[in-house]
Amino acid sequence: MESGLLLPDVEDPDAAPFWAGTARGELLVQACGKCGAWRMPPRPMCPACRSLESTWIATSGRGTVWSFVVPHPPLLPAYAELAPYNAIVVALEEDPTIRFVGNLVTSPEGPIDEVDPASIEIGEPVRVVFAPVEDVHLPRWVRA
Amino acid sequence: MAGPITDKTAIVGIGQTAFGKGLPDSELSLACQAISLAIDDAGLSPGDVDGLAMFSMEEGREVDVARSVGLGDISFFSEIGYGGGAGCGVVGHAAMAVATGQCQVAVGWRARKRAAKTSRPWAQVSRRITGHWQWSRPWGVVRPVDEIAMLTRRYMHEYGATRDHLANVALAARKHANRNPAATMYEKPLTREQYMEGRWISEPLCLYDNCLETDGALAVVVTSAERALDLPHPPAYIHSFAQGLPRQHQTMTNYFCEDPLRGPAWACADALWRTADFGPADVKVAQLYDAFSPLIVLSLEGYGFCERGEGGPFTDDGNIEWPDGRLPVNTSGAGMSEAYVHGFNLVLEGTRQMRGTSTSPVDGADTCLVTSGEGVPTSALLLRK
Repeated sequence: MESGLLLPDVEDPDAAPFWAGTARGELLVQACGKCGAWRMPPRPMCPACRSLESTWIATSGRGTVWSFVVPHPPLLPAYAELAPYNAIVVALEEDPTIRFVGNLVTSPEGPIDEVDPASIEIGEPVRVVFAPVEDVHLPRWVRA
Repeated sequence: MAGPITDKTAIVGIGQTAFGKGLPDSELSLACQAISLAIDDAGLSPGDVDGLAMFSMEEGREVDVARSVGLGDISFFSEIGYGGGAGCGVVGHAAMAVATGQCQVAVGWRARKRAAKTSRPWAQVSRRITGHWQWSRPWGVVRPVDEIAMLTRRYMHEYGATRDHLANVALAARKHANRNPAATMYEKPLTREQYMEGRWISEPLCLYDNCLETDGALAVVVTSAERALDLPHPPAYIHSFAQGLPRQHQTMTNYFCEDPLRGPAWACADALWRTADFGPADVKVAQLYDAFSPLIVLSLEGYGFCERGEGGPFTDDGNIEWPDGRLPVNTSGAGMSEAYVHGFNLVLEGTRQMRGTSTSPVDGADTCLVTSGEGVPTSALLLRK
């Protein structure tokens, strides 16, 4: 069934391994195959050493809320139906400069408008879950 | 310290259409009208124009504009990307082309029909996303306002800025617009109470933290400082120009670098002041890109008017309001209350301040900072009398 959400092309050449990882229940970060530097979002070349080699590292899937917003209409229809909902940015435990946009939910398949936005706090710990939407597994976050 | 193009060129003509919603004319037609008015204002003829600079997002293309307005042989044409970050870049590229002799008379412009809801870029996204937007849009960070609200919340958390600071920005713009008959909000005052009761768009940003949605077009004519002296209006000399695309930056979803609250303004400012004979303390009026109110707060810091974290308090006590503020900002009403045409109206208001024809002329202002979009790869100009 079409969700109406704006979903990634899971065959994007730079990001396909990330989306393959979420389908397996792993939150991956791209790392340079030569110098080992982590980079997010993924890209073809390492900005530290210019190597074209890369690997993907499974992370803890734990982090803290770096910031959040609560969008209200006008929005695209699929998002307007859920508004007001929360969207968060999570700083990863292993390296807080590696960040992911997500939603705070109460369960992997829970709706993104379920958590009371007034209860969300910057700095609160969260852990990743994976929400199946069409053929994509979107990382979302629950309170840790 | 003077740079290679310092004061070598000037804005000598300005033109703008009416601002509105649902204007019947096409974007190409609006562009032609604004350019035509700017050429007339400069006391020049279309055949004198041999240089073009425009936003890469412009719908009307160079060939269409040139043959509609009846321009001469064009020896320089340039396009600048990144939407709201492009405005000062358009003028700066025109200035560089004139200063280096690539052309003699250049026009720069922006035409936009943005008021129709269906015309908003975020509403036209195709469903499957590649590139950087796949890291924000799936989770409902869909619009520019959501992207900036995310940075704003973090900024408020780190530095203690408040909605009252953002209101200061919105109210200053509105007060200035209430003095500008060309402004969309000329006859519509705004109170702090109205601001506080405004509906949310993306918390922590409300309706009044957002720019207008406008149909309209504006254009400028740039030529050499020598030629400017023979033309009808006092020249607004282009003293310094810079673009800014900082290392490891990613448009307005700038959450992925080490210090997301230090946006392109800082890199752009470094380059801008490097080729200026004066500094922020000498500037008495500024036109700062204001698609969203927090961009003013960040820009005040980035361009060096205050330290990091002090942009909020800087807006207190009428400090950014005409006539008595330390730094009147956006004296035409700008994007929030005059018109939102990707910030190009800021360039024209800066020019009017140098000419002395602003509806809120700042006493003793012989220089003006004009900036383009903070958050996106950006650009800025220092104008001087």
